[in-house]
Amino acid sequence: MSETSKIEIRSLRKSFGNNEVLKNINLDVAKGGVVALIGPSGSGKSTLLRCINLLVVPDGGSVRVGDTRFAFGDGSKLPDVRTLANFRATTGMVFQHFNLFPHMTTLQNVMEGPVTVRRMAKADAETLARAQLAKVGLAEKADQYPATLSGGQKQRVAIARALAMEPDVMLFDEATSALDPELVGEVLNVIQQLASEGMTMVIVTHEIAFAREVADRLIFMRDGVVVEEGPARQVIDNPQEAATRAFLNHFHRTGALPPATTAS
Amino acid sequence: MYQWDFGILWTYRWLFLNGLGVTVGFTVVIVVCGLLFGLLGAFGTLSRFKPLRLLALTFIEAFRCTPILVQLIWFYYALPILAGVEMTPITASALALSLYGGSFYSEIIRGGIISIDRGQSEAGAALGMTPVQTMRRIVLPQAIKRMIPALMNQSIIQFKNTSLVSVLAVPDLVYQSQVAAHDSYRPLETYTAVAVAYAAILIPLTILVRRGEKRLAVSE
Repeated sequence: MSETSKIEIRSLRKSFGNNEVLKNINLDVAKGGVVALIGPSGSGKSTLLRCINLLVVPDGGSVRVGDTRFAFGDGSKLPDVRTLANFRATTGMVFQHFNLFPHMTTLQNVMEGPVTVRRMAKADAETLARAQLAKVGLAEKADQYPATLSGGQKQRVAIARALAMEPDVMLFDEATSALDPELVGEVLNVIQQLASEGMTMVIVTHEIAFAREVADRLIFMRDGVVVEEGPARQVIDNPQEAATRAFLNHFHRTGALPPATTAS
Repeated sequence: MYQWDFGILWTYRWLFLNGLGVTVGFTVVIVVCGLLFGLLGAFGTLSRFKPLRLLALTFIEAFRCTPILVQLIWFYYALPILAGVEMTPITASALALSLYGGSFYSEIIRGGIISIDRGQSEAGAALGMTPVQTMRRIVLPQAIKRMIPALMNQSIIQFKNTSLVSVLAVPDLVYQSQVAAHDSYRPLETYTAVAVAYAAILIPLTILVRRGEKRLAVSE
C-alpha cells in the first residue's frame, strides 16, 4: 500500500510537556482513500490530524503527503516557515469551529488563499471562489459576512475555502461537532460528495454512522495509540478489541445519515 | 475680591494661535511616531526570539514606569553628556514623547493582537500563509478594530502631555501662555483660556470616539 499511498506516517511521536499524546503512530492513506479517525476525547486523534499538515510539529517520526516528506526528531532540522507554508498550501483543513475570517465576506474568505498564497489574479480567484461556493450550495451567500450564516452554512463555506486551494488531501477536524443536530446533514453531504469525487481525506469524527457510510478505512485510537484499524464497516460492525467495542457501544452505528436540508 | 478680565487676552491672540499650532502639530508627530514605536514594541514582545522580546519589554517598562517630565529633561540635558548626542528642544521632546506614548501603544496593540482567537491564525496557516501574511491579512485587520477605542484614548493623553514640553522652552500653547501671563500679570485668565482651548479640541474628539465605538459595536 505504501507504494501508492498519498499520506504516509511513520513512528510519529508527540508530547505536550510530560503528556505523551501520540505514541509511535503509523498511518497510510491511499490515493482517493477516506480514513475516519475515531476515539474518545484525549485519544490524540485531533493531534494526529494536525500533525499531517504540521499545524502541530511532531517530536519524532516522519510525515509524507504526496512527494513531500518531513522527518522529525534527533538531528533533523525543523522546516522553515516558507517550506511549511508551501506544504500546507497542498493540504486543506476544516476546523471544528469553522474559523472563517469574520472581517471578510463569504466570497473573500474563499478567495483569500488563492489570492494571498497562490498570487492568483483577483478576477480568476473570484471565478474559482464562486464555483466552489456553488459546489457547496452557497452561491447566493457570496456577499454576506460569516456572522449572518448558520453553523452548517459556515462550515460549508470553510470547506469551499479549503477546496479553493485545490488541495491534494482534505483534513476534517470534527467538522460537525459544533453544529446543531439538524445542520449536521448538510455538511456531511458535502463531505460525502467529495469522497465520491475521489478526494483523499482524513476525517476525525464522532458521526459513526457517517464514518461507516463514507470511510473505507477506520482507525480507533485511545491514549495516543492505534487500538484497532481496518475496513470501516468491518471495524464498526464487528470490532475485535474490547476497547473499540466499549467505545462504539455509545453510538448508533448504522442507519440513515441525518437528513440534509436543501441548500439555503 | 479678584476682578476677572478676560479682555486682556485679546492682545495675545497671535501668541496663543501660534502656540496652539505648535501643540496640534506636535501631537500629530508624536501620535504617528508613537504608533510606529508601539507597533515595533508589540511585535517585539510577541516575537519568537527571546533577545527581541527582552529588548521590547525593557523599552516598554522603562518608558511606561518613569515620569514623562523626567524623560523630557533627561533626553535634553543628560543625553548630550552621556552619549554626546545633541538635540534641539523640539527633537528631544518629540522623541521622548513618542517613546513614552509608544510604550503605552505597545501594550494596547499587543493586547489587541492576542485577543484574536488562535483559530484565526491556524486557519491562515492551514491555507498556506506565512506568519507575516497571516498577521497582515487575518489578525491585524480584526485586531485594529478592537484597539481603536484604547488607541484614541491614549492619543488624547498624548495631546495633553504636549503641555509638558514647555519645560524645554518649546513654544507650545502652554509655553506661550506663560509668556503672556508674565507679561500681563493675568495668570488666572491665561491658564483658564488654555484649559478651554484644550477642552474645545478634545471634547469634540471624544464625541467622535464614542460614535466610532458604537459603530464598531454594531458591526461585530
